[in-house]
Amino acid sequence: MTKQTVLELTVKNHPGVMSHVCGLFSRRAYNVEGIACMPVNGGGTSKIWLLLNVEKRLDQMVKQADKLEDVTGVERHDGGHEVFDKMAEFVR
Amino acid sequence: MKFSGAEIIIKLLERQGVKTIAGIPGGANLPMYDALSQSDAIKHVLTRHEQGAGFIAQGMARVTGKPAVFFATSGPGATNTLTAIADAKLDSIPIICITGQVPQSMIGTDAFQEVDTYGLTVPITKHNYLVRSVEELLEVIPNAFRIAISGRPGPVVVDVPKDVQMAMLEIDEWPEPGKRGAGSELISVEIERAATMINNAEKPIFYFGGGITQSGSAVDALAAAEKGSIPSTLTLMGLGVIPNDHPLNLGMLGMHAARYTNMALEECDLLIAVGVRFDDRATGKVPEFCPNAKIVHIDIDPSELDKIKTSTASVTGDVSDILKALLPMIEQNDRSQWLSRVDTLKQENPMLIPGADDPATPYGVILKVAELAGEDAIVATDVGQHQMRTAQAYPFKHPRQWLTSGGLGTMGFGLPAAIGAAFAAPDRTVICFTGDGSIMMNIQELATAMEHDVNVKIILTNNNALGLVRQQQDLFYGKRYFASDYTRRVDFTRIAQGFGITTYDFSRTDDPAAMLAKAIAAPGPALIHVPISADEPVYPMVPPGAANIEMIGGESND
Repeated sequence: MTKQTVLELTVKNHPGVMSHVCGLFSRRAYNVEGIACMPVNGGGTSKIWLLLNVEKRLDQMVKQADKLEDVTGVERHDGGHEVFDKMAEFVR
Repeated sequence: MKFSGAEIIIKLLERQGVKTIAGIPGGANLPMYDALSQSDAIKHVLTRHEQGAGFIAQGMARVTGKPAVFFATSGPGATNTLTAIADAKLDSIPIICITGQVPQSMIGTDAFQEVDTYGLTVPITKHNYLVRSVEELLEVIPNAFRIAISGRPGPVVVDVPKDVQMAMLEIDEWPEPGKRGAGSELISVEIERAATMINNAEKPIFYFGGGITQSGSAVDALAAAEKGSIPSTLTLMGLGVIPNDHPLNLGMLGMHAARYTNMALEECDLLIAVGVRFDDRATGKVPEFCPNAKIVHIDIDPSELDKIKTSTASVTGDVSDILKALLPMIEQNDRSQWLSRVDTLKQENPMLIPGADDPATPYGVILKVAELAGEDAIVATDVGQHQMRTAQAYPFKHPRQWLTSGGLGTMGFGLPAAIGAAFAAPDRTVICFTGDGSIMMNIQELATAMEHDVNVKIILTNNNALGLVRQQQDLFYGKRYFASDYTRRVDFTRIAQGFGITTYDFSRTDDPAAMLAKAIAAPGPALIHVPISADEPVYPMVPPGAANIEMIGGESND
């Protein structure tokens, strides 16, 4: 099986953010396997979790994501993230 | 006091020090235009196409290094700006495009002149905004300026729905203008490692690019090169960073480099890449680029490091700060063996300039113009053979003297960019080298040039063909010329005259040098028509996808 990882992005919460983040991957033909997004507390910021296959270009993608004005933090979870374990139950 | 959204925008632009805005009004940005009409501080330049407005802004930004603003309306106004914005993204030029949008209540209804400007500009901007309330403008406009000039510069789009422009807001205090943000701290270990590698190298080469221009560090770059006696090659965007006649200047590298430049790169043992991004036109086939060299990569944008070529060592940060920190650590070294080897390569494989002494030839006209226009002239080009010839032959002396569409390679860039340069530097002569293919792509801006009487001299080398396309068909497609020759000729001097531009035609004189001198000496815009043959390739040329050492043409016969 392809090795997977999860990127956890902290972002400013407004309607264009998803388009910025997803566009970063789609225009490089980098497949996003899974995606989850929820506002944090008051809703000024959100968390986006991206489930990705580990490719050679991943480091470049992390740097590009980090450059986005609306992205305030990027964390990489190579051991996976439970948000996707829970979501997986809905697609069984 | 109460202000409308449109008045707030104009006030904030005034506070940013904006003096000139190019653009075109339409239904969705008329409130902004109404507010602009009341401004004494900002002059408006009405262009004939929104792409022209975008490239005028680019011309201003490239000459001054400061962000320049342009306006467009919604729908077709916005779509017409896209090429100029994408061009600015690839060359890291700080421009701010403010577009009108249909009122928020009509967004998503396929309203008249509605297009998703925000969605269209996501991949071609550094950042973009769809402003959703008048209050947001107080944050968005200063932020747009901050983003455009902080770190690696780039374009920002601000899309403002008409109802936001018309909404009123009570304002007691204006926000601070957006400024360049502080860069990240330099990591001294990175710099020390780079210095050690430079000091240990026997055959190093500096590879300087547009980042040197952007950070205003040409002086530091030259000092570093001189202290270590390190030959320096320049990217297309970096021309002017090291004076053309400096003994350490190797000229441009890559697809249309002098033979000796690519040969020296083949032999170097260390490539010190500063403010560059390893563009494919510069590197050729990447695995065979500088095959014997370790690489030190210095850049402000961490995502450029290891993107194309994995470096042995890298330094992240403003290249101006880094070069200043690096200079005392670089050991004085005359590297006489390496310099003499480079000199031998240069003697045996020099840059050949055919027709250099004849001002009626494609290269000769460039050299004659350079002689007549002087060191202070600003040089813009379009895209094609004339652009590469200018890059190869023009004796550039200073950064920000040279405006060209490097990354996107946009035909149509030259004329409006030259007009923008003339607005930014009204006391200087601006030369626009163009071709008959390129000038047609924004020829309507001749009207803008005429209206504002800008000091722009257009040198139109006319081969009635898309020369660089034709050259590729010649070399790589079995001479099957297709769709690269125009079947009929247009009369460019009559077209220019129709726009009210003074014209000079080399086909009507026995003394082109005298004609050129007269054209450049006269104030105001002029078009100089230079008929040339379509069968004069730009050499040397590295075939696309080939290694830089596989050059075609340009061999010395001595």
